[in-house]
Amino acid sequence: MTMIFELLTQMFKRPATNQFPARHAPKSVHGLVATVQAGKAKLNPPVPVPEDFRGKIFYNRETCIGCKLCINVCPAHAIEFLPENKKVRIFAAQCIQCGQCNDVCPKNCLSMSKEFAMADTNKMSANLIVEK
Amino acid sequence: MSGGAEYSVPVGPIHAALEEPVLFNFKVDGERVVDVEVVPGQNHRGVEWMGMQRNPVQVIYLAEKICGICTVCHAYSFVRAVEHISGIESTPRADYIRAILAELERMHSHLLWAGIAAHEIGFDSLLHYTWKVRENEMDLREMITGNRVHYDMFMIGGVRRDIKQDQIPKILETLKYYKDNFEKLGKLFLQDKVIKMRTQGVGVLTKEDALKLCAVGPTARASGVPKDVRQDQPFGAYLDIPVKAITPDALTGEVHGDVYDRIIVRLLEVKQSIEIIEECLKRMPEGPILAEPNITRLLIQLKKAHGEGIGRHEAPRGEVYHYVRMDASDKVTAWKVRAPTYANVMPWVPMLKGQQIADIPIVAASTDPCMSCTDRAVVVKEGQKPYMISGEELHKMSVEKTRRMMA
Repeated sequence: MTMIFELLTQMFKRPATNQFPARHAPKSVHGLVATVQAGKAKLNPPVPVPEDFRGKIFYNRETCIGCKLCINVCPAHAIEFLPENKKVRIFAAQCIQCGQCNDVCPKNCLSMSKEFAMADTNKMSANLIVEK
Repeated sequence: MSGGAEYSVPVGPIHAALEEPVLFNFKVDGERVVDVEVVPGQNHRGVEWMGMQRNPVQVIYLAEKICGICTVCHAYSFVRAVEHISGIESTPRADYIRAILAELERMHSHLLWAGIAAHEIGFDSLLHYTWKVRENEMDLREMITGNRVHYDMFMIGGVRRDIKQDQIPKILETLKYYKDNFEKLGKLFLQDKVIKMRTQGVGVLTKEDALKLCAVGPTARASGVPKDVRQDQPFGAYLDIPVKAITPDALTGEVHGDVYDRIIVRLLEVKQSIEIIEECLKRMPEGPILAEPNITRLLIQLKKAHGEGIGRHEAPRGEVYHYVRMDASDKVTAWKVRAPTYANVMPWVPMLKGQQIADIPIVAASTDPCMSCTDRAVVVKEGQKPYMISGEELHKMSVEKTRRMMA
């Protein structure tokens, strides 16, 4: 009985699920992307992320001194050293977003952004390789 | 339904209940299970070997990835094992933050399980309701740690993030939400006719069997064995906040050891966890959160560590045990993990014997097994072509049984 009452009250409440990116599943994802890019449709915004969210990694190439400490602590082996100019390259597809490299960096040139929508069909695409 | 002849029904290794890769060989007579043989080890991923190629700081994150639901307890056990070897002690404030994280995880894991248990018997509206309630807590952990699932909070000698003063009102507000909803949740699960029908007297594990087969966690406690690492060998903040193992007689006055009792134990533990977190927030001392804030210096210190260590923690499913050996090198020499489900595999045999095929999902799910994925079963009848029962079909059989019993 309690459950039936609960379900009936739920009918008059707002849905608990955030309808991101659209209310109904689109027939074609590419079609949805195209209509949004043409400005014909709007996406439902995602639930805002908290203040200290760990999203896609950011790298400041200028301040990096090439000390390799981040490579030493990265559990996923996602950071590659570039010996010719003593900088690093980060593969975001491999990164597990633990943020350990941020903690260890003496120059604070690594940080975690709030970006989380990183889906891609190619794990080596330019969007997923962080070099600057 | 009995035809007198026995058939063997293998379920798994891609398993029908709770998405776990474990193989069951059932001997069935009609609908009744006569004998069960459990064949685990279908999902060996070599995590421990991967750990031996890495330094202890890297292994913490690898340990978290052993399981998505109990990530805190694996990280906690591993850092305790390394602290045991190196002699680094976590700071008092970090101990409290660790306990808060562990209890938040227990709450979410038990709610997740309760939802799945409802789903297994075909009560999907209750699944969605429970998971809606659980969502608040996911948001809370996202706020504290920065992620919903893998928190990456643990570090040897402490935790990586502090609980800030301005976060405490939000935590208390969420805990209040759970306290307000607890009565309702208890009513929905424990007084519901459908749930009572499908779980009372089903999948019974007697106290003798639980002791003999070394069951752990809520599975053992539901059979009346009051064992809990937090109670038997307290550590960290549990030294200040005593925990008492919950057995179902706390609510009903008697122990049956069936699936219903396991629901009672888990729901009562959600309440217990809320109380522990409140107590932690009240008593949390000020001070640093890391014994050695400089990770480079910590790694140099760990490089000198030599010996073997043990880390234990009470995970939502039972006792987690990590053994670590370090031989004064930058890598971990040996690492062995014993997850609670390993101890809870054998109790499946007495639980499943004498049950119906349609009860397999709920009984297997009742220990909250934690291995991983898709579902399928094959029926092999002697002299005939083998045919498949898909996981969906098995689930359908379970739902149909509920309907039959309702009618």
